[in-house]
Amino acid sequence: MNRENIAETAAPLAGACPKVSRRFRLQWEEAQQSWVLLYPEGMVRLNRSAGEILRRCDGTRTLETIVGELEQSFGASDLAADVGAFIDMARQQQWLEAGAGRP
Amino acid sequence: MNAPLPAPPLATPGPPLWLLAEVTYRCPLHCAFCYNPVDFARHDGELATEDWLRVLREARAAGSVQCGFSGGEPLMRDDLEVLVAEAHRLGFYTNLLTSGVGLDARRAQALREAGLDHIQLSFQDSTRELNDFLSHTRTFDLKQRVAGLIKDNGWPMVMNCVIHRLNIDYVENIIDMAVALGAEYLELANSQYYSWALLNRDQLMPSRAQLERAERIVNECRQRLGDRIRIFFVVPDYYETRPKKCMNGWGEVFLTVTPDGTALPCHTARMLPGLDFPNVRDMDVKSIWYGSEGFNRYRGDAWMKEPCRSCPDKEKDRGGCRCQAWMLAGDPAAADPVCDKSPHHGKVVKAVEQASDPGWKGGAKPLIFRDPRRSRELGAVEKSAAGA
Repeated sequence: MNRENIAETAAPLAGACPKVSRRFRLQWEEAQQSWVLLYPEGMVRLNRSAGEILRRCDGTRTLETIVGELEQSFGASDLAADVGAFIDMARQQQWLEAGAGRP
Repeated sequence: MNAPLPAPPLATPGPPLWLLAEVTYRCPLHCAFCYNPVDFARHDGELATEDWLRVLREARAAGSVQCGFSGGEPLMRDDLEVLVAEAHRLGFYTNLLTSGVGLDARRAQALREAGLDHIQLSFQDSTRELNDFLSHTRTFDLKQRVAGLIKDNGWPMVMNCVIHRLNIDYVENIIDMAVALGAEYLELANSQYYSWALLNRDQLMPSRAQLERAERIVNECRQRLGDRIRIFFVVPDYYETRPKKCMNGWGEVFLTVTPDGTALPCHTARMLPGLDFPNVRDMDVKSIWYGSEGFNRYRGDAWMKEPCRSCPDKEKDRGGCRCQAWMLAGDPAAADPVCDKSPHHGKVVKAVEQASDPGWKGGAKPLIFRDPRRSRELGAVEKSAAGA
């Protein structure tokens, strides 16, 4: 399915705990060696960084926690802007619950 | 299958991501545009439950991740819940493609417990049903009830309506009904001309004016409805000048298993001459996908002829649909005649012109409805014609 008419959503707020939408199922696919998002009759194959971010979007971690974990896992710093931009895009794609974890 | 296998194509194909399990050709409906083969009644030896469970396991091991349970009407099989449960356990995303006939609260609950992820509910469209639908009577009640069951069980709902000359003028009613029933997605899929729809093409193909009006109305509805529903409108191939990349590429993504176990790269490929498609009773899914002659035949581009071979778009559309090439050009390796570079494109143009003639009443013939008796008659005719 193509994705048109996607509503603009607000940028993520500090302190929010992003969560993968119940309309999608995130799972690891051995045959593709990647994380995928599954939805009715369709699939989004995620690249490595997208998969690593989304698997942490379980509604219990704040954006800051996710960034911290990723920076530690990959020995990187200053990932906040990139992760924030991805989360924003994921919200626009409706991969994340619209208001989950908002204060 | 003792013949030596042909040389594999240069690039190894990816996994069969999409498994379409056509679990039965039995169906309570008689749609005049059904995509099941016209001679479906000749293929009546259905796979047993154990066979399907094995196919699901083999396909999942080969990398399949989307599983569609289709038919016929898949609810005609009373082991559907067993198959869905196994598919779910294996990690498939499970889709049920149904007319809704046979879905009651008990089965809906059993399917929910089995782990079914999604239901695509289609409108059936025999003439009486169409009348019922337009008068909001019997069909409306059935859809209302089934849509309610889908919502009660928390499933996302895709509604699918095959569009054709006889209902295309009512797309706005169909859209409003889908919204009223709470569908998240609506697929308005114009009939494509294969199988039963090809038999009925004269009566089913819309005129250009009808098609343009419907597209305009769909766009207006998208504006009016915003995010309430996502509407997909698929135009008939015949109105295009470049062919579709059929099945997203032959043997690249889709694996269909028919009720009798024949494995196909698309649900109509069985019609193609000179191809021996394997059966899941004889061969495992991985061998079928990577090693069978039937699946390898039209992979890549080595099989292509002109005008495809030297065409800059050959990677984009892969020469279009092999079945359409066979039906309209008489050669499954020819360019899909939907393409205006095909020497047979005139046949497509002629059908469109005929359908668009204001005086055209859809031919003098009555619609041929899908049923087992007609299937046996027509299958016998096809067989003797092929043998002549």
